[in-house]
Amino acid sequence: MSYSNKVLDHYENPRNVGSFEKTDTKVGTGMVGAPACGDVMKLQIKVNQEGVIEDARFKTYGCGSAIASSSLLTEWVKGKTLDQAREIKNTEIAEELELPPVKVHCSVLAEDAIKAAIEDYQSKNGDASDDTQQSA
Amino acid sequence: MSEVKRPIYLDYSATTPVDQRVADVMCSHLVMDGNFGNAASRSHAYGWEADEAIKQARKNVAGLVNADPREIVWTSGATESDNLAIKGVAHFYKKKGKHIVTCKTEHKAVLDSCRQLEREGYEITYLDPEDNGLIDLAKLEQALRDDTVLVSIMHVNNEIGVIQDIAAIGELTRARGILFHVDAAQSAGKIPIDLQQLKVDLMSFSAHKVYGPKGIGALYVRRKPRARIEAQMHGGGHERGMRSGTLATHQIVGMGEAFRIAKEEMATENDRILSLRNRLWNGFKEMEEVYLNGDLEQRVAGNLNVSFNYVEGESLIMAIKDLAVSSGSACTSASLEPSYVLRALGRNDELAHSSIRFSIGRYTTEQDIDETIRLLKTQVEKLRELSPLWDMYKEGIDLSTVQWAAH
Ligand SMILES: Cc1ncc(COP(=O)(O)O)c(C=O)c1O
Repeated sequence: MSYSNKVLDHYENPRNVGSFEKTDTKVGTGMVGAPACGDVMKLQIKVNQEGVIEDARFKTYGCGSAIASSSLLTEWVKGKTLDQAREIKNTEIAEELELPPVKVHCSVLAEDAIKAAIEDYQSKNGDASDDTQQSA
Repeated sequence: MSEVKRPIYLDYSATTPVDQRVADVMCSHLVMDGNFGNAASRSHAYGWEADEAIKQARKNVAGLVNADPREIVWTSGATESDNLAIKGVAHFYKKKGKHIVTCKTEHKAVLDSCRQLEREGYEITYLDPEDNGLIDLAKLEQALRDDTVLVSIMHVNNEIGVIQDIAAIGELTRARGILFHVDAAQSAGKIPIDLQQLKVDLMSFSAHKVYGPKGIGALYVRRKPRARIEAQMHGGGHERGMRSGTLATHQIVGMGEAFRIAKEEMATENDRILSLRNRLWNGFKEMEEVYLNGDLEQRVAGNLNVSFNYVEGESLIMAIKDLAVSSGSACTSASLEPSYVLRALGRNDELAHSSIRFSIGRYTTEQDIDETIRLLKTQVEKLRELSPLWDMYKEGIDLSTVQWAAH
């Protein structure tokens, strides 16, 4: 398997590795994937009062492309509103990292992870507005 | 060759470099000044000389396993030997019975030959090994039937290196008049084999696992009591009709020289390799959540197969790119397939996905081993820092009880 330089860069120098306190009401946590499939992603966002993601953290068990997809995503979501973050598409991640077709599922998982994190944040904060329904 | 430092080679079970002594012999059997003739040419010296060289190689191969040279059939490798033995016996004895017994951890050359026979109407029993990779003889005996014509069990497993008790299996099969085929691609030249003692009827060999060239192998076919096979390759009637095709003199003399060297040096080489293997395992054992796959005692010296729990195999391979090793999983598709061998041992998915096979050989040094230990320690630690599963383990969560979000 040959990787693009961008994947290698994120893999060797992953951005925003770590965890926030799960129970903090400002934090939304998304955990997707399964060990049996070979990848599990945990993505966390910290949201300020204006509804802007001010910080993000990740931990990923998976191949280099899975690690790079989640690392890139933490960079992208920072500074975005929840609605903007929800708009991030897996294809944009796959394109940016030049993922080969067999690795596209890694970017799909990353998209699932941010949606799950937003949903977790919103359900915690009781503002489950209509548009959260779609993120199943 | 480029200036960049090449990775440390620890993949001797995949293939070995050709020993320089072997390469020299091969080179002398190619060009006009060399021994290039067709061994089937009976009318001139070129043919006679080639035939002579092949005779000597046949002796060398037979000599390593204490067989008669007339029991050696040249093939293109162990894959072909496995195909020839299994399909050859099945087809020859089809009136006698159509049942074959093998094991789930066999090499694909055996398993896929059996699958093909299933499509032709044969019935195959695939035995489950025990958790240590070894076959329970009582279970094997129970699987034998009146219409069983063949049992095919490998000597040393290519992934986990465990050694099956082929002496005991041979007693069971011989007593019932069932033929016994052994894939010895990973054991020839690594552990002593005595075909005068063993009740093995057919045995597959490959040159490139023993410092010989790729593309050449042999099948041992017992003369007393005689094992019969139907040819799979038809043509000029070479190899007593069992495998046609002009003999590849340079390949054959290469295999002969490789097996001759193996016989001479096996004992001392094994001691050295075993001490390197123990050094490697002792280095890994100090780490947390490290599991050995396959039995430690009944194991070929050069193999160590280890799972580094909570670290995914492909990312680990990437992290240790200064090493040439094999991973137990191949993430080449959306549904990542863990090693079927480890799954057959009952290893869970995480452990199967996190396994690495280290195989040590003739040119491995103590320095290589120490560098490997150092690399694994730092990189596994780094990847565990990144792993949500490692956090959960540290929090005392039993991962098997977690409801995973499917994707
Ligand atoms: C146990 C076993 N059988 C068969 C083979 C196939 O051998 P060859 O590459 O000579 O066809 C191998 C090696 O890949 C092996 O390890």
